[in-house]
Amino acid sequence: MGRYFAIRIGRAALTIVLVVTFAFVVLRLSGDPALMILGPEAPPEVLAAFRKAWGLDDPIWFQYLDYFGAIAKGELGRSMRDGRPAIELVLERIPATLALTLPAFAFKVALGIPAGIYAALHRGSGIDRAVMVTAVAGFTVPSFVLALILVLVFAVQLGWLPSGGQDSWRHAILPIATLSLGGAAVLARFTRSAMLEVLGQPYIRTASAKGVPWRKVVTSHALPNAAIPTVTILGFMVGTLIAGAVVVESVFSWPGVGRLLVVAVANRDLAVVQCILLLVALTMVTSNLIVDFLYGFLDPRLRAKGAHA
Amino acid sequence: MSGPLVEVSSISRSYSMRSGMFGRSTAVHAVDRVSLTMRKGETLGLVGESGSGKSTTGRIVLGLEPPDHGEVRFDGKPMATPGTPAWRAQRAHMQMIFQDPLGALDRRLPVAAQIREPLDIHGLGTPLEREERVRELLRAVELTPAHGVRYPGALSGGQRQRIVLARALATKPDFLVCDEPVSALDVSIQAQVVNLLADLQAQLALTLLFISHDLRVVRQISNVVAVMYLGRIVEIGSADDLFARPEHPYTQALVSASPAPGRRSAGRIVLAGDPPNPAARPQGCAFHPRCPRAVARCASEVPALSHVGGNRQVACHLVTGPQAETRDAA
Amino acid sequence: MTDATLKDTKAFSSEADSGSRKENALKLESNVRRRVSLPAIPVSVVLAIGWIVAMLMIAAFAEKIAPYGYTQLDLRNRLAAPGNVAHWLGTDELGRDVLSRLLVSIRISLLIAFGATAISAIVGTTLGFLAAHFRGPVEQLVLMLSDFQASMPFLIMALAVLAFFGNSLPLLIGLMGFFGWERYARIARGLAISANAQGYAAAVRQLGATPARIYLRHILPNIASTLIVSTTLVFPEVILMESGLSFLGLGVQPPMTSLGNMVGYGREYLTRAPWIMLAPATTIVVTTLAVSVIGDWLRDRLDPTLQ
Repeated sequence: MGRYFAIRIGRAALTIVLVVTFAFVVLRLSGDPALMILGPEAPPEVLAAFRKAWGLDDPIWFQYLDYFGAIAKGELGRSMRDGRPAIELVLERIPATLALTLPAFAFKVALGIPAGIYAALHRGSGIDRAVMVTAVAGFTVPSFVLALILVLVFAVQLGWLPSGGQDSWRHAILPIATLSLGGAAVLARFTRSAMLEVLGQPYIRTASAKGVPWRKVVTSHALPNAAIPTVTILGFMVGTLIAGAVVVESVFSWPGVGRLLVVAVANRDLAVVQCILLLVALTMVTSNLIVDFLYGFLDPRLRAKGAHA
Repeated sequence: MSGPLVEVSSISRSYSMRSGMFGRSTAVHAVDRVSLTMRKGETLGLVGESGSGKSTTGRIVLGLEPPDHGEVRFDGKPMATPGTPAWRAQRAHMQMIFQDPLGALDRRLPVAAQIREPLDIHGLGTPLEREERVRELLRAVELTPAHGVRYPGALSGGQRQRIVLARALATKPDFLVCDEPVSALDVSIQAQVVNLLADLQAQLALTLLFISHDLRVVRQISNVVAVMYLGRIVEIGSADDLFARPEHPYTQALVSASPAPGRRSAGRIVLAGDPPNPAARPQGCAFHPRCPRAVARCASEVPALSHVGGNRQVACHLVTGPQAETRDAA
Repeated sequence: MTDATLKDTKAFSSEADSGSRKENALKLESNVRRRVSLPAIPVSVVLAIGWIVAMLMIAAFAEKIAPYGYTQLDLRNRLAAPGNVAHWLGTDELGRDVLSRLLVSIRISLLIAFGATAISAIVGTTLGFLAAHFRGPVEQLVLMLSDFQASMPFLIMALAVLAFFGNSLPLLIGLMGFFGWERYARIARGLAISANAQGYAAAVRQLGATPARIYLRHILPNIASTLIVSTTLVFPEVILMESGLSFLGLGVQPPMTSLGNMVGYGREYLTRAPWIMLAPATTIVVTTLAVSVIGDWLRDRLDPTLQ
């Protein structure tokens, strides 16, 4: 068990290192930072002084380690637009994003998982078919199209809800609906296939052949086993809580991290982009780690093996 | 029929096997100090149960994997390291026939293209000559050029094995290792394929290492037979002699279990105990837990393979011949 | 490269062209025919194939079919509703013909999607084969990179790259080409390892074949059907990813146009002229749906083991 977690934690750390490396490589490949920051009109001696001051003349390996050091200390640079620390800009946007993604996550789970289980248990029924069609639609209709359709219907045609902004809870309804519908469809489809796979296993047939009541077969054999793969996708969804609303926030002009990212990319505000990238990596890695730990408890095979190690 | 073509001297191979994801790895001795000599044009039958290491022996003898210890010499020269250009070039002289012909063939290529492939690989002949050679090979394995355009899936098991055989013979190799070549085939087809193999062996003066668990088939084709048990050779001798007068208790049990014309099955010896497990090799003579004649010494001392008269060699404490000698457990 | 891929896909329904990949497509096709000869092709699949073929025709001949130039202004007919004789799908606020813009957008979006899918299939399969062949550190590196790729949301990575590098069509195709490579790499690695361990690949190896021969002539055609099924999973996601980026104004840049681009642009006129946005949005949805339908059908026919 200890070894299992050690490997997971090592992997998580490695992922972070890879993300930082990715950011560093992309940053260095994208051009001369001195030119980018000071502009092409800057006199050569100013450029040289800047390069010296920022260590840009050092060997690349040195710069790479320096870069790591700075990030480890939380020095993520300042926004090129208003000169505030990038991390501050990003952190103050997080509550707005979570205000959308947390309720959306709850709805996804509340809608998607029961729908998937029900569909699997009543395979071929009308509801199963409806779930599948919705799930396919959820995959093929991109979120920006869904968002615009919702706006068209509920804001433009019916006039029930506002189409954008962040003034009241009513403004959050359409963005949350957009996020939940797509996610619920994906989750339903996934839960259904996980459940069907488990229901096809010999131990399920054995249990029902032994005369175990079907309800008990489902609750004590099928559901716990189908939970294992479902936890993975849930973990992935938790990992996208911070940055999962890029498109939706843009459509609804919701001032969250996603919208900040889009604006920062459009303005090439590198410090902010880099900061969001690291933040996303951190949440992804953390949620994956949580999933791995949950696995350790959910999967008795891992538990049993852990006992020997 | 002169000097040795293949000389195998005391090869060993062990694999580390893990029990479960975090279990400790244990070494499994698949092959333990096996020595064999094959003269040109000779067929050596290698007999044993599954897990006896006969297939691993075959792969090492063919140079598909290197032994941990010991050496294989082919035509007086040591085997090249697997994967090197020298090793690849050497493949033209030695070939393998597999147990599962469907698995050994590429389902997505017509079989003629596959028979031709060794010629393409080794750059033998012009394209026209290669086409001609493919037709010749198809005839040699008693198929027609019409079979060549088919895909493996459209042929019967026996026909597939003939295709594998034709492919193996394309480069005119001297040495063929046949690993259970007929055990996946219907009994009615087995004899045909074995007869074909025997005919071709005689015609082309091939040296054959014929691996099988089936004594009937081995008897049909082999000059010399070696019996393996848990990675070691326990008895070796000329085929007729060995089948007529098996010395090792294990060979006796095998022979008695195999029906043969003119012999009543009354004296059948049924082996007791667990089937051999290479991961838990018994001390002393590996066969002693199942041996009906085992004595105390068998459990502690490993019997050496020793000459017992003629060209017969047996590894058993209870069988003593002219130069019989024993050796302490290593 | 893109053209070859286009042809490859066409080979399912019609004839194929020259080139080595043709063989795979043909074999796949004959394979499909052989196994599917009894049950007829479902109507939905026929419709999906018809739609994709139509899209490919449009992509190939966009300029010839388009009634107007896609940047051509018609200021007297601004925001014209669809259904009129001059502009079937209406016009935008500069009087540009929506149908003409839609046709050109289909071409650009498909070009990016096919280009990117081809890149990711080739890169992924190559890395998977390298991992299977060398094992050891090479394999670990490939697995580590594919874990990394799978665990990071692609949209965020793509946005970061666009922020650093700016934007251009080749860059966009290349960037999208990083999408999904890890799936091919995992599949190719797994299947190549099992093929190497036993069976035809081992048989050909002992014939003395070089690794290139084993992987390209034997293993690749044998796993092509599984890889093609994966392609049908990746392709719609690439379309969605590109249209999402373009919708945000960070993908294809004006004056060039793509489906996502059109939707993003039409969003400004959602109340007054929803048709600007609905035509490309419908195209995106139907195209991804069609590819998914074909993919599901192919998967059932060719590779029941793949989830």
